Amino acid sequence: MAGQQRVYKQRIKSTQALKKMFRAQELIAASRIGKARDRVSMAAPYSRAITRAVSAVATHAHVSHPFLAERTDTTRVAVLLLASDRGMAGAYSASVIRETERLIEQLEGDGKQVVLYVSGRRAQAYYQFRGRTVEQAWTGHTDAPGTDVAGEISQTLLARFTADGDEGGIAEVHVVYTEFVNMVTQRPRVIRMLPIEIVEGVAPADEAESLPLYEFEPDAATVLDQLLPRYFRARVFACLLQAAASELAARQRAMHTATENAEDLIRTYTRLANQARQGEITQEISEIVSGADALAS
Amino acid sequence: MASFEVDIVATDGKVWSGTARQVSAPAADGEIGILAGHVPVLTVLKPGEVRVFPEGGGEPQRFDVPGGFLSFDENVMTLVLDSSATDHSWSTADARRS
Repeated sequence: MAGQQRVYKQRIKSTQALKKMFRAQELIAASRIGKARDRVSMAAPYSRAITRAVSAVATHAHVSHPFLAERTDTTRVAVLLLASDRGMAGAYSASVIRETERLIEQLEGDGKQVVLYVSGRRAQAYYQFRGRTVEQAWTGHTDAPGTDVAGEISQTLLARFTADGDEGGIAEVHVVYTEFVNMVTQRPRVIRMLPIEIVEGVAPADEAESLPLYEFEPDAATVLDQLLPRYFRARVFACLLQAAASELAARQRAMHTATENAEDLIRTYTRLANQARQGEITQEISEIVSGADALAS
Repeated sequence: MASFEVDIVATDGKVWSGTARQVSAPAADGEIGILAGHVPVLTVLKPGEVRVFPEGGGEPQRFDVPGGFLSFDENVMTLVLDSSATDHSWSTADARRS
C-alpha cells in the first residue's frame, strides 16, 4: 500500500519537471515568433522590388533566359524540403515530410528521378534513418534563417539547374515548406521554383506605355541575367522565413498543449495518491480497531 | 525643384526611404545621375557609392553599396542592394539624425 503512494508521488514529480520544460519551450517560442513574423514582413520590400523589376523586363523586353525555359534533356528533378532542426513542434516536421513524400511519389510516377535537398536536422535524420540519399543538407538555422543560408541554398540549386544533363543537371526545382497562415494555421505547400514562372504583378503590356521607353543598362538580357538569381534567392529566403515562423508557431501551440496535458496528469495522479493515502489510513484504523477488539474480548 | 521618391531596400529590410532631388549611382556602364522625370530605367549597379541629394539642397547622403539594382519608373526610384539591412544600420541612423 505504501508502495503505491510512493509510485504516484514519483510520477507527479517527474511530470512536474516535464511541465516546467514544456512551459519554458512555450515561452521561448512565443517570444521568438514576433521577431520571426517581423522578419517575414521586413523581407517583403526587397522581394516586391525584385518582382517588379523582373516583370518590367519581362513585359518591356522580349528576352529569353535559361532560368525561364523548360528543360527536356534530363528527367532529374530536385526537391528542397524545409523542416525544422528541433522537435517539440507537434506535427510540424512530420506533416511537411509527408507532403514531400507525396510529391516524390507523384514525380516518380511521372517517370522523373528525384534529387533530394533538405534543410533542418529533423528531415535529415528522417532520411538518414531510412537509408535514403540526401544530396545536401543544411542545418542549424531553421528558426532564424539568414540571407547567407538562402544564398547558399539558391546558389547550389542554380548551379545544378544550369549544369549539363550528363553532369548531374536538374530540370526542375520544387520546394516544400510550411506556409504561415496565422498563429493557429500553418499549411504545408509545394511550389515549383525553377524554371521560374513570373507569377506576381505581371502587368499586361499596355500600348500607351510604349515598349522602347524603358531603358536597360547595359541591356535587357544582362539585366535579366543579373536579376533572376536574385529573384530566386529572394523567393528561397521568403520560404525559409515562412517556414521559421510556422515552426515557432507550431512549437508554441504544441508546447502549450503539452503543458496542459501535464497539468491534467498531475491532477489525476494527485487524486490517485490521495485515494491511496486514504485507503492506507482506513486500513490502519481497521487493523488497530480489530486488534483492540481482539485484546478486549 | 522637382523631386522624386527613393526607396533603398536590402535583402532583409528597408534601409532608407525619402525624397530626393537627384541620385547618382554606379551603374554597370559608369556613373548614372537621375533627376525627376527621367525615362524609366532599370540598371545593374556595380559596387560603389550611391549619393542621394536631398530635396532642399545641401550635403548628399552617401551609401556604400556592394552591388544590386536600380529601377526608376514614374518618379519612384527603387535601389535594391545585395547586402542585408544590418550592414547599413549606420546609414539609417544617419538618416534619422538629419
